[in-house]
This record gives sequence, C-alpha cells and structure tokens, in this order.
Amino acid sequence: MAHEKSIRTPLARVKGLGSAKEGTEHFWRQRVTALANLPLVIFFVFLIISVQGESHADVVRILAHPFTAIVTLAMIISGVWHMKIGMQVIIEDYVHEGPKLLVLMANSFFCFLVGLAAVFGILKIAFGG
Amino acid sequence: MVQLTLPKNSKMVEGKVWPKPAGATRLKEFRIYRWDPDDDRNPRIDTYYVDMDDCGPMVLDGLIWIKSKIDPTLTFRRSCREGICGSCAMNIDGMNTLACTKGMDEVKGAVKIYPLPHLEVVKDLVPDLTNFYAQHRSVEPWLHTTTPAPETEWKQSRDDREKLDGLYECILCACCSTSCPSYWWNGDRYLGPAVLLQAYRWLIDSRDEATGERLDNLEDPFRLYRCHTIMNCAQTCPKGLNPAKAIAEIKKMMVERRI
Repeated sequence: MAHEKSIRTPLARVKGLGSAKEGTEHFWRQRVTALANLPLVIFFVFLIISVQGESHADVVRILAHPFTAIVTLAMIISGVWHMKIGMQVIIEDYVHEGPKLLVLMANSFFCFLVGLAAVFGILKIAFGG
Repeated sequence: MVQLTLPKNSKMVEGKVWPKPAGATRLKEFRIYRWDPDDDRNPRIDTYYVDMDDCGPMVLDGLIWIKSKIDPTLTFRRSCREGICGSCAMNIDGMNTLACTKGMDEVKGAVKIYPLPHLEVVKDLVPDLTNFYAQHRSVEPWLHTTTPAPETEWKQSRDDREKLDGLYECILCACCSTSCPSYWWNGDRYLGPAVLLQAYRWLIDSRDEATGERLDNLEDPFRLYRCHTIMNCAQTCPKGLNPAKAIAEIKKMMVERRI
C-alpha cells in the first residue's frame, strides 16, 4: 500500500476516481456459469469415459448427435466464459499498473480464441465437415 | 506485481536478548518486533523475559510490564485494556488479535509479537492506520435521512434493531482487514472486511434512507468485489464477528436490486 508522495488528503486517495458502478454483473455471471458448469462438465466427463475404445467413426457419430453437440457446445461456452472471468479476477488481484492492461487483453483474446476453436471443432463434426 | 519478498531494508534480524529478571521463578519469553524510523537499522526481534508472578495474565500486561520494568523504548498502542477500544491490535502468535484479551497462557512457548501485517510501520508495534480510517470515513458511517427529523428519536422496531447485532460490536481494531490477503494486495482500492462490515451496519439500519446511494458507492470491482470469501476475517476477529457474512449480504443486496 505504498502511496505516491502527494499532499492529497487520505480521504481523497481512498475515494480515488469514484465507484465504477459495476462488478455485480461480473460477480453474478461467475456464479451462473459455475452452476451451469456443474452438470455440463459432469456430462462431458461421462461422455469422454463412455467413448473410450470406440472407433474414430463412432466417436464422430456420437459427437455429431444434436443432443451431444448442443450440450458440449454449452459446456464450452459456459466453461470458457467462466475461465475468462476467473482469470480476470486473478489478474486484477495480483497484477498492478505496468502490464495490467495488456495482460487483461491477452486473457480476453486467449479465451475467445480457445472458445472459438472448440466451438468450430464441434460444429465441424456436427455438420459432417 | 504483488511483491512476495521483503525489500532488503525490511528483512528482520535477530535483536537484543534482554537479561532475565533477577529472582524470578516463572518466566515467559516474549519475542517482539522492533523498528525505529530514526535509525537506519533493519527491523529486529528483541527477546524479553517477563516475571509471571509480578505481572497480569494478558499479553498486554506483559507488554506493559516490559515497558515499565525492562525497556521503556518499546512502543505500542493501548488504552482500555478490556477489548473495547481496539488500540492494542497486533499479530500475536501468528494471529491478529487484541493484546488485552489474549491470555499469555494461551500461547505455547515464546509469545511472538509483530505489528498488524501489511501496513506501514510507524514504530515497533504501531502501524499506520491512516488509510484504514479514511476508508471508514468514505462509507459515511452515520445515519442519512431526508425525511425531516422527528421531534423525539428515529424509531426502530425491536426486530430491526436485532439486525444490527453482530455488526455494532465492531471496534475497528483492523485485525480482520489486515489478515485479508485481498486487502494486502489491493488495500488502496479494496475497502476490506472491517469497513465493509461497517458499511453493511448502515445498509441494514431500518432508519437509514440512503441505502441505494450507499450501494452505488460500494458497487465497484475493487471496493467490494475483491472479497473472495477467504474467511481470514471471521477467523481472526477478536470480537467473534463475521465480516465475510456481512460482505456476502452486501453482494446479495447488489444482486437483489437488479433482478
């Protein structure tokens, strides 16, 4: 908590730039995606276990089934969203000044690309590409 | 980035071992953090021996005994000596607590005492609480009303009064806030458990007419949402309060007003 050498009053420092008037949506989304992840990830783990030993063609057939594809897509979207929010919190906690903005942007880009690639993969399988 | 190692001039070194009091049979060893802003030395750990037969039972009694009988330069805050003023908050045996309500017999072996963690040290066991008090001031901890004041008092039902239990007892000793890792890393922007508990004390007060404005003021990724429910605050509070619960209640109010 080292303060800059300044003659601002302690209250002025604490008030800073004022309240951002947000954070609740972020907090709420984190909870909602966490709740959604619970059944979705369990389903996905069971799916992976159940296709053990199956041939490539069978795995593709199972993944292409509308139900499997939709639930898997839901898991990817919810999971990646949760990952992005969680990582953002960690960055905000530990990274101050300097690279903060760049790291936050890198997190957004990384999560978006990972999500997009995974969604693309499932869609490609589902639509028989 | 968060700094995990101490800067060179903050590394603690072994200090002076003060002689044992002559003729004492029951001794308690105290190992106390010392730092003086007026010399260029690193912080050091001094060792003292307290004569248990000549001293009260609490850690604060031991500190006062040391200051009176051995080393008058030892510096610490104290006032009420009965857990109501919050002055003698310090880190004793690895836990933030009040020296006046912590029994010497509760500590096995040497009593290790440090100032409250992660605040700038003024001297020895005296931390700088300027930022902490300014944060408390920022939540405007007094009744806000626009309705003209009644001729007598603002009335409150018994049920509503009960909602303040577990909150009004907070003495602002800063044990909780300085035990919170989130407060360590972001104490300049995160208000910390003590101040948020105080904020909730006014949010939940049935007589207050500024609940919405108070919530607006707190709705911020740093001011409120740095709380990650680590629970150190509830574990360390010497008054047995639960700031983490108060913070969770504030978050609930935030969600409630938008769904």
